[in-house]
Amino acid sequence: MVQFTLPKNSKIEKGRVIDAAGDAKRKKTFIVYRWNPEELDENGNTLNPRLDEYTIDLDKCGPMVLDALMYIKDSIDHGLTFRKSCREGICGSCAMNINGTNTLACTKDINDCKGDVKVTPLPHMSIIKDLVPDLNHVYAQYRNIEPWLKTDSSAPDRERLQSSEDANLLNGDDGRGPSGCILCFCCTTSCPSYWWNGDRFLGAAILQQAYRWIIDSRDEATGDRLDQLEDPFRLYRCHTIMNCSNTCPKGLNPGKAIAEIKKLMLARS
Amino acid sequence: MSGQLSSKNKRPLSPHLQIYKPQITSVLSFLHRATGVALCFGIPFFVWWIAAAASGSCAYDFFIKLCASPIGIFCLFGWTVCFYYYLANGIRHLLWDAGALLEIKNVYISGYLVLFFTALLTVGSWGFIFF
Repeated sequence: MVQFTLPKNSKIEKGRVIDAAGDAKRKKTFIVYRWNPEELDENGNTLNPRLDEYTIDLDKCGPMVLDALMYIKDSIDHGLTFRKSCREGICGSCAMNINGTNTLACTKDINDCKGDVKVTPLPHMSIIKDLVPDLNHVYAQYRNIEPWLKTDSSAPDRERLQSSEDANLLNGDDGRGPSGCILCFCCTTSCPSYWWNGDRFLGAAILQQAYRWIIDSRDEATGDRLDQLEDPFRLYRCHTIMNCSNTCPKGLNPGKAIAEIKKLMLARS
Repeated sequence: MSGQLSSKNKRPLSPHLQIYKPQITSVLSFLHRATGVALCFGIPFFVWWIAAAASGSCAYDFFIKLCASPIGIFCLFGWTVCFYYYLANGIRHLLWDAGALLEIKNVYISGYLVLFFTALLTVGSWGFIFF
């Protein structure tokens, strides 16, 4: 349901201010969302989330926002918690909101951030700790579209072949087709419609993957897949807002993929 | 992790509207919904206008006098803006539904065009009335 304000336990409070830059030449302040389930008040209740401010010396850390977060974790506050793995934009772990838009911390250049850098988790998600959102629901939605090859015909003696034109539908001529998705969920969580209806609306990332299987020339369950999406919520809560394509850190176009599914629905009806 | 959270405590919801940067994509979508709602509120007045015209000069004069009042002009101007915005953006939505203009670059260009035509048609209409 639409609720524009945050629940009472989620209201953000002012946090600590830590200046670790000294008299450094290149200073930058990172304002980071913090919430720890193990920090309790005297009644055993969790505290509200807060924004901690860390001012650091940029000459002591690498060029990307993820480098700054790692620097803060290593040398200022070991408790700071975030997901990371590949540090080169291919695993999708470090997806978060940086200065108001969702992106990958590892490919976001600090120099591209004007002023202070405000880092919050992916929007409208249940928070496990600090910058770590609970992804169980989006993964369950991924399971729901059955993202694997489905066939009725008997298995061939070798791989199921596909023409390069058919492969290009998945990969894109410029490498930015739907199979370039790394499931970071930047797009899904940038969508106001997903914020209000995420319990039933599948969201941009999952619908783009649904499209990826619908147009796969080797897949034989196209009709079933479309049947599964023929629902006022799963597909049609997309109102072409296009925040998804605007924010995709891989430069893909999930909004267009969803529009193509809607066209396929119309074409077969 | 989840086992450590006692039953009376709930996980917080991360900030959304509070922090997400307004951009042409989401702002124009919001305006489409808002102008649509505003136009709905205009429908009873539109019906009133037609009903007044049908029920004679006295009722019609009263309605026109109401329209010419400062509040009336303010509302009519607002509905003109809403109407032209809803029309222009509605055409944009039809093009999207046909599969066109879905690259981000074209989303931006068409968005600014919608704003431009809304302003042009509104100013044009009111200019036509007054001059």
